[in-house]
Amino acid sequence: MHNGSIELAVSELNAWYGESHILHGMQFEVNKGEVVTLLGRNGAGKTTTMKAVMGMIPSRQGSVKFEGQELIQLPSNRIAKLGLAFCPEERGIFSSLNVYENLTLPPVVKSGGMSLEDIYQIFPNLKERLKSQGTKLSGGEQQMLAIGRILRTGATLLLLDEPTEGLAPVIVQQIGAMIRLLKEKGFTILLVEQNFRFASTVADRHYVVEHGKVIDMIPNDQIDANTKKLESYLGV
Amino acid sequence: MFELLGIPPQALFGQLLLGLINGAFYAMLSLGLAVIFGLLNVINFTHGAQYMMGAFAAWMLLEWVGVPYWGALIIVPVLIGATGILLEKLFLKRLYHLDHLYGLLLTFGLALIIEGLFRKQFGSSGLPYPNPLPGGTRLDFMFLPNYRAWVVVASLVLCFGTWFMIERTKLGSYLRAAVERPDLVQAFGINVPRMITLTYGFGVGLAALAGVLAAPIYNVNPVMGSNLIIIVFAVVVIGGMGSILGAIITGFALGIIEGLTKVFYPEASNTVIFIIMAIVLMVKPAGLFGTPK
Repeated sequence: MHNGSIELAVSELNAWYGESHILHGMQFEVNKGEVVTLLGRNGAGKTTTMKAVMGMIPSRQGSVKFEGQELIQLPSNRIAKLGLAFCPEERGIFSSLNVYENLTLPPVVKSGGMSLEDIYQIFPNLKERLKSQGTKLSGGEQQMLAIGRILRTGATLLLLDEPTEGLAPVIVQQIGAMIRLLKEKGFTILLVEQNFRFASTVADRHYVVEHGKVIDMIPNDQIDANTKKLESYLGV
Repeated sequence: MFELLGIPPQALFGQLLLGLINGAFYAMLSLGLAVIFGLLNVINFTHGAQYMMGAFAAWMLLEWVGVPYWGALIIVPVLIGATGILLEKLFLKRLYHLDHLYGLLLTFGLALIIEGLFRKQFGSSGLPYPNPLPGGTRLDFMFLPNYRAWVVVASLVLCFGTWFMIERTKLGSYLRAAVERPDLVQAFGINVPRMITLTYGFGVGLAALAGVLAAPIYNVNPVMGSNLIIIVFAVVVIGGMGSILGAIITGFALGIIEGLTKVFYPEASNTVIFIIMAIVLMVKPAGLFGTPK
């Protein structure tokens, strides 16, 4: 499934929002070329984990290593420059920018990113709406824009926070196909999901998060055997 | 037609020009305020003092160093802009996570200190600055002084240039995006804190440039900024806080309205802008070009 080298190693990660302690020693690894999910209920700390990895939470401790380099002290712009890119749950499409400006906003940080033409091939809808205001797109198109714009930067590790949330089933299928395509192209992907049935169609491994820490890890080929356990974790 | 109303065209166009000149300064200053407020979330009450500092810097360069007006036009914005950068790094930076009120109080206090220092040093009667473009053109309906024509053209170019930079360029797209989601823009790899510092420097530089442009018209005076800034804040409220285009259009329009009021009903010319502000606040609280939050 992967070439074995560790792309992202998170250990003893703690994070706070003001006074509230959200992450209590998160611990997980993502290997190069892998698709790994963080599964868990609302409020378990999945999004906070992504933001803490990305340096978007000022109050954080522990260790986050990307390709062996420690990120915990770096500001988020420096982290992005190393080749990590984040697609937030609320998509973060800028209303004062048109689709083209949104798509080309993130600066290229490394060579080897996808060209705009490659991105239009995956998301043909975007090409037709380049002049539209970013937030005038449908929910599905906004999600495609939010993912599309981090593919041209040359980032090799993509953090996708609930990319399927609130989308129609046919769009969810498209997003699933896209994630599999990105994996084929060699991207490493950390995915936050609440829907483990969707996650099982794209991921190699699943970490279950509860109360700000990882409580279990289930390889995707054992997911059928663990359905009952997962359902109880997730409260489905 | 003008004679029918009992107004000679000379007076009408004279006041219109005066209104346009005032409007040019309202527009340049409220533009800087809008840019700063958009990204820093700070209501920059020091803006008037920075405009005054620009005028004084031009005067000092001329009197003490012998640098003429056209040199000052370039040197002063850079110089005063740099003091803005220092101010942002030392003080403002620490206030972003707090309510607007703190930034307002800090910048208001700084404005008082700066004005007090200049008043102590230079007195409050004002210092003359020679007109770099004397003479003018006699048109059919009025006399157009060269320097005033230059100020109107220069301010239009500045306003349009700033608008273009923010709304139509790559750098501008970073700024607009950072106004909405600074955290996310930074997580894309852009050094947002540095961009904020430079934006404040730019806004301050714009105020200083307006000060240089104003020096030959209004002379140089420690209170020139505080006289103007109250009206400029009214302009910003009418146009809508943080709107670039709103600041420009409202600035020019209110200058002209003020000028026309001087012709038709001089008694109201000092208050007309505030009456308009009150009406706009009642009908569109977010301002004519603002978006309600």
